[in-house]
Amino acid sequence: MPFLIALLIIVFSYGTIQAQDDLLDLLEEETSTDSEPSFTYATFKGTRIINGQSVENTAGGNLNFVIQHRFGKINDGWYEFFGLDQASIRLGLEYGVSDRLNIGIGRSSYLKTFDGYLKFKILRQSTGARKMPLTMSIYSNAAITSMKWSEPERENYFSSRMTFATSLLLARKFSNAFSLQLTPSYVHRNLVDTKEDQNDVFAVGIGGRIKISNRVSINGEYFYQLPGTNADKTYNSVALSVDIETGGHVFQIMATNSRGMIDQQFIANTTGDVTNGDIYFGFNISRIFTLKKK
Amino acid sequence: MKKLILTTILLIIFSGIVSAQGKFFTRTGSIRFYSETPVENIEAVNTQASSIFDTDNGDIVLSVQMIGFEFEKALMQEHFNENYVESEKFPKSTFKGRIVDYDQSIFSGASKAEVTVEGELTIHGVTKNIQTVATVQKTDDKIQAHAEFEVKVADYNIKIPNAVINNIAESILVTVDLNMEPYNK
Repeated sequence: MPFLIALLIIVFSYGTIQAQDDLLDLLEEETSTDSEPSFTYATFKGTRIINGQSVENTAGGNLNFVIQHRFGKINDGWYEFFGLDQASIRLGLEYGVSDRLNIGIGRSSYLKTFDGYLKFKILRQSTGARKMPLTMSIYSNAAITSMKWSEPERENYFSSRMTFATSLLLARKFSNAFSLQLTPSYVHRNLVDTKEDQNDVFAVGIGGRIKISNRVSINGEYFYQLPGTNADKTYNSVALSVDIETGGHVFQIMATNSRGMIDQQFIANTTGDVTNGDIYFGFNISRIFTLKKK
Repeated sequence: MKKLILTTILLIIFSGIVSAQGKFFTRTGSIRFYSETPVENIEAVNTQASSIFDTDNGDIVLSVQMIGFEFEKALMQEHFNENYVESEKFPKSTFKGRIVDYDQSIFSGASKAEVTVEGELTIHGVTKNIQTVATVQKTDDKIQAHAEFEVKVADYNIKIPNAVINNIAESILVTVDLNMEPYNK
């Protein structure tokens, strides 16, 4: 009999100690079944991995002011203060029509180029109720150079000023610290220098980031041009950067062999030979302005 | 003797059933937080908090997905998840506790009853004991609960960088509103 009472006491006291934990377990059970898909965020810090676009969009209702700057080549030596005396700049505005659709415009001092683009997020990486292994976006731009004609005496067409680039952006955030993106790209130039030059250039980009703290990451990017005369004449674009995030700003400090900052320029027209020391230091700064609050 | 054992077993079984009937549940609870500084005020709300309240013993538990907090500015939301509460590492915040000196008669009147709630609050992987005053009221077949309390950011090992130290309050006001229905299962 005392044994039974002792047993009952144990059973009941066990019950009260466990009650809150059991209740929490019950709650977890109730809520785990109907959870919504949880979308991956912050695959990259900025809308550019370094030179090329990332799958990140400027959020809906936000305006992103992007200042991109490349110094001269470091192998220009002391006289040019290792490239710092020279500067090439692109000013850009990027607006989030929605979280998925971005429109942007920009002006580069390099080849006096205007550009405009659209970027649309087709798939979003997610876990939970719906599982999607990667984020997929499509990006397409058009650029117009406003350089004076090199041969003004011959008949020149406005369409000859135009170049285009289209990329599919396929990215996966493998972990909090590591993200990778593949960027199959197509560049079209309406006018090229000689008959032998390609109007169409195909390339595959690969870019990634490793986070070293919550606010700092190291990014790398490489665009491989498929074999052709253009690949023989130019170099593949390569870049390495450190991204630092502070409040509404993202700073990217980089070294690259590309001078141009829009896709047709760095994918198909990179002239810097890394092995020769043709490296440009540069930075991107982006500042977000919230125009429309949620 | 056999009768006693039988009665005890029956009692245990029945007490189980009774307590199941005494549970109230919601998965659309609202949790709001508010940070006030001279520089800016930051507010976020999550309307998908889930909670179970056991009217038999006054036990209450809450659970909320950190990623579900919605901010006015998209960038704030990203920073909240990415830099401050680290939602990927610590996806949920939970509370498990009870009403102090619980007495079922608080639900007998039509007016709001003021109670003290205490228990363990877990945010960002850190668990602290908290105590707060809450109001509860039973109307028709539902229970409404409301509570406000302050959470010190530093207590939960959430680091604020110097650059934005003036933008985020040291102490965040958290408001909880639950509208709970009987839990049938």
